[in-house]
Amino acid sequence: MQNHFPLWKNLLVLIVFGVGIIYSLPNLYGDDPSVQVSSTQTASITQAQSSQIESDIKASGTPVKAFEFKDGRVLARFTNTDDQLKVADLLRDKMGSNYTVALNLAPTTPIWLRSLGAQAMYLGLDLRGGVHFLLEVDMDAAVRQAEDRNIDDIRLALRNAKLRYQTVAKDNGFFKVTLKSAEDKADVLTALDKDFHNLEITEPEAQDQIWLKLSDKEIREIKKFAVAQNMTTLRNRVNELGVAEPVIQQQGENRIMVQLPGVQDTTRAKEILGTTATLEYRLVDVEHDVQQAVSGHVPVGSRLYNDRNGNPILLDRRVIVTGDQIVDASSGQDQDGRPSVNISLNGVGAAKMAKTTQVSVGKPMAVVFIEYKVETKIVDGQKVRHKEKVEKVINVATIQGVFSKRFQTTGLDSPQEARNLSLLLRAGALAAPVDIVEERTVGPSLGQDNIDKGMLSFVVGFALVVLFMAVYYRLFGVIANFALAFNVVIVVAILSMLQATLTLPGIAGIILTVGMSVDANVLIFERIKEELKHGITPQAAIFIGYDKAFATILDSHFTNLVVAVVLFAFGTGSVKGFAVTLIIGILSSMFTAITGTRMVINWIYGNRRVEKLSI
Amino acid sequence: MKTTNINFIGNRNKAILFSSVLMLISIVSLATRGLQMGIDFTGGTLIEVGYQQAADLTVLRNTLDTQGFDDATVQNFGTTKDVLIRLKPHSDISNADLSTRVLEAINKTTAEPASVRRVEFVGPQVGDDLAEDGFLALLYSTICILIYIAWRFEWKFSTGAIIATIHDVIVTLGLFSILGLEFDLTVLAAVLALIGYSLNDTIVVYDRIRENFRLLRNKSTEEIMNISVNVTLSRTIMTSLTVILVLISLFFLGGEIIHNFSIVLLFGVFFGTYSSIFIASPAALLLGVSAEDLMIPVKEGADIDRRP
Repeated sequence: MQNHFPLWKNLLVLIVFGVGIIYSLPNLYGDDPSVQVSSTQTASITQAQSSQIESDIKASGTPVKAFEFKDGRVLARFTNTDDQLKVADLLRDKMGSNYTVALNLAPTTPIWLRSLGAQAMYLGLDLRGGVHFLLEVDMDAAVRQAEDRNIDDIRLALRNAKLRYQTVAKDNGFFKVTLKSAEDKADVLTALDKDFHNLEITEPEAQDQIWLKLSDKEIREIKKFAVAQNMTTLRNRVNELGVAEPVIQQQGENRIMVQLPGVQDTTRAKEILGTTATLEYRLVDVEHDVQQAVSGHVPVGSRLYNDRNGNPILLDRRVIVTGDQIVDASSGQDQDGRPSVNISLNGVGAAKMAKTTQVSVGKPMAVVFIEYKVETKIVDGQKVRHKEKVEKVINVATIQGVFSKRFQTTGLDSPQEARNLSLLLRAGALAAPVDIVEERTVGPSLGQDNIDKGMLSFVVGFALVVLFMAVYYRLFGVIANFALAFNVVIVVAILSMLQATLTLPGIAGIILTVGMSVDANVLIFERIKEELKHGITPQAAIFIGYDKAFATILDSHFTNLVVAVVLFAFGTGSVKGFAVTLIIGILSSMFTAITGTRMVINWIYGNRRVEKLSI
Repeated sequence: MKTTNINFIGNRNKAILFSSVLMLISIVSLATRGLQMGIDFTGGTLIEVGYQQAADLTVLRNTLDTQGFDDATVQNFGTTKDVLIRLKPHSDISNADLSTRVLEAINKTTAEPASVRRVEFVGPQVGDDLAEDGFLALLYSTICILIYIAWRFEWKFSTGAIIATIHDVIVTLGLFSILGLEFDLTVLAAVLALIGYSLNDTIVVYDRIRENFRLLRNKSTEEIMNISVNVTLSRTIMTSLTVILVLISLFFLGGEIIHNFSIVLLFGVFFGTYSSIFIASPAALLLGVSAEDLMIPVKEGADIDRRP
C-alpha cells in the first residue's frame, strides 16, 4: 500500500499543467488599439495598396507601433486610441466605400505562441463593450408577399393563355379562381399546372372554381429564403459600419442575432441595419455622349449615374424591372463553366422584361442598386432624421436574346463577383421586414469596469480561500492551493482554446469554481483526518482517504455538472458564459483536486516511513 | 480534535418547524407580493447612464414625465453618479427607438450629457421566450437530478434531496420577494447553480449514511443518520465557508450588475448548508428510509477488514 504514482500518471499531470500554462499565457498580454483595412469587394487588398496605406499613415505623422499585411487585410497597431481614431478617420476619407476601415483591438500575443494556435479568451460584449441585436423576421409578411406575387402571376398566366376568368381572389391562404364558364376548367387546369409547380391545386365542389394554395414545402422555402436574404443584407450593412469582428447568426426559426463588438454609436448602427434597399433594371443610353452629359447636358429621358469604378454612365429613365419583382437570384456557372448569376422574375416582371428585350437585343442593360439610408444629422442644434437615397450601378451586361421569367447574367470576372452580384440582387429584392426585438448595448467604460471588478473580486476571493486552506490544513492546504491555481490555469486555457465567450457571469463562474473546487480536497482531507483518528498509519490514511472520498466527489460533483449542462442548453448570452465556465471548472477541478494533489502528496510522503502528517 | 456529537436528528422537529415557518413566509410573500421581475422576463427598456457629478434624480424624473415617459422609473445604481432608467414597452414608439428618444430627452435638460453605460431592450415576445426557457431549465435540471439520485441511491433519498433543495430555492426566492430585489436572467442562473450546490452538500451526507448503513448494522436508522451528519459536519461547514468567502468577495467587489447574483448564492449556500444538515436526512427518515433500502450491492466487505 505505497503511495506512489506510476510514471505515466506523473507525466500526464505535468504535461496537462504545461499545456495549460502555454495556452493560458496569451491572456497575460494586452491589446493594441489598431485599425484594420479590408476590401468589401471581391478582390482583396494588394501588396501595392498595402504599401500605399503604410506610406499614407506615415505621411500623417502619426506614430505606428507595427504594420502588418496578411490574408488580404492590413492591420496597423498604435500605442493609444487617439492615434488609432485619427488614422481611422484619415483612412476612411482616403479609401472610399470599397474598403472597410475598422477599429480593432489586436492582441499582442508573441509569434511563438500564435504559431501554437494559442489565443486570448474571447471576451463577450459585456466585457469589451458593443451592441447585441436580436432581429425578428416577419414571416407572415414574407408569406403574404409571396401570396401577392403569386396572385398577380396567376392572373397574368390566365390572361396570356387567353382564358377568361371572373375573379382571382385571396381567401385564407387560398387563391380562388372563379371562371367565366365551367367549360374552361380543363384548359385552365393545364395552364396553371404548367406554370405553378409551387402551388397545390384543388377542385372544390363549385364547378366554376379552382383553388390553389402555397404548398407546405413552398412556405418552408419562403421562410428560409426570407431569413437568408435578410442575413445577406445585414452582412452587407455591417460591413459599412466598420466592425472588426461582427457576428451574424440565425437563432431559432425566424430570428437573427447581430453582435457588433466595439460599436458605441448604437443610433448609427440601428440606422444602418434598418436601411432598406431595392434595385432597378434599366437600359443603357448608348445614343448620347457621356462626356457631354457629365459637363451638364444630360439628355431628356436619360439620367447620369456612376458605375462601380466611379466612371459616369448614362441610363434610360424608364425602369424595366424593380427589385420587388425579383423572386430569386443565385450564382453558378453557365454551360461553358463561366461564372454566372441566374435570376428569376415574377410574372409581371417577366412580361415587362420580355417586352423590352424583344426590341433591345444587343443593347447593354444596367442594374442600379438603391439604398434608402436614414441618417441623423445635427441641423441648427436640432437632430434631424434625414432619409437619403444612394444609387449605384452594380452591373452592366449586353442583352443576348429575348428572355422573360428566367435569365442569366454572364461575363463576370470571377465566381466571387458572381456571388457578390447575386447577393446584392437578393438584397435588393423585396425583403420581409425585420424588427429589433432585443438590444443589449454595453458602453466601453462599463465593459472595462466589469473586467476590472471581475478581476478584483477574483483575486480577493482566491486569496481568501488560499489563506483559509493553508491555515486550516497546513501543508495539505498548501498543496490544495497549488491544485486550485492549477485548476484556474486549466479553466483559462480551455476557455482560450475553445474560444468560448467569457462574460461577466462567466467570471463569476470562475470565482465560484474557486470556492467549490477545494470541496474535493476538503472531502479528502477530512476523510484522512478521520482515518488518522481511528489510529490508522499516515500512509494508509492517505490511501483510504483518497479512495473513499472519490465516490462521494463523483456523486456530489455530478449534480453540479447536470445543472451546468442544463443551464448551457437553455441559457442565452451571458448566462451561457456562466454555464461554460462552470462546466469546465467542475471537470478540471476533479482532475486537479484529486490527481494533482495526490501526485504532490505522493512525492512528499510516498515510499517512506511517515510519523505524522501536516494536516 | 474531537468528533462532534450533536443530536441533529433528535431535534428534527424544531428544524422542521423552523423551516416550515420560513417556507410559509416565503410562499405568502411570493403569492402576495410576487417577484420583482426584470426586463429580461417582462420586456421593456433599461438604460444605465453615468455622470461626472451626482445626478439630480428629480430633474430627470420631471423631464421624463413631461416628455411622455411617465412610466419611467429612475433610480441610482451603485453610486449617485450612475442612474438607471427603466421603461415598460411602449406601443406607440418603435421599441428600438425608445432608448434614443429617452437619451435625447434627458440630455436636453441636464448641463452635462449623460454617458451611456448600458442599454438593454427586450421585446415582450423575447421576454416570454426567456421566461419559458428559464422555467424549462429549472424543470429539466430538477428531473435529471431526481433520476440520478434515485439511480445512485433510492427514491426516498431522492425525494428527500429534492425536498431539501426546493426548501432552499423557495426560501431564497422568498427573500427576493420580501426585499423586492430584481429577478433577472443572471439571478435565475444563480438559482440553478444553487440547486446544484445545495444537492452537492446533501449528497455528501447521504453518501455517508449509505456507507454507515452497511458498516454499522446494529445501530438504528436515526443513530446512523446522526453519526453521518456529525462526521461530515466539518466538511460541510468548511466547503460552505470557502464558497461563502469567494461570494463575499464577489458581493462587495464584483459591481452592481453581479450584486443580486451573489445575494442569491450567498443566501442559498447558507440555507443549502442548513438544509443538508437539518432537513435532508429527517426528510428521508420521514419517508421511511431503512438500511434494507440500500443493502443491494454488498461487495465492499473489504472495507471492514481494513479497520483496526
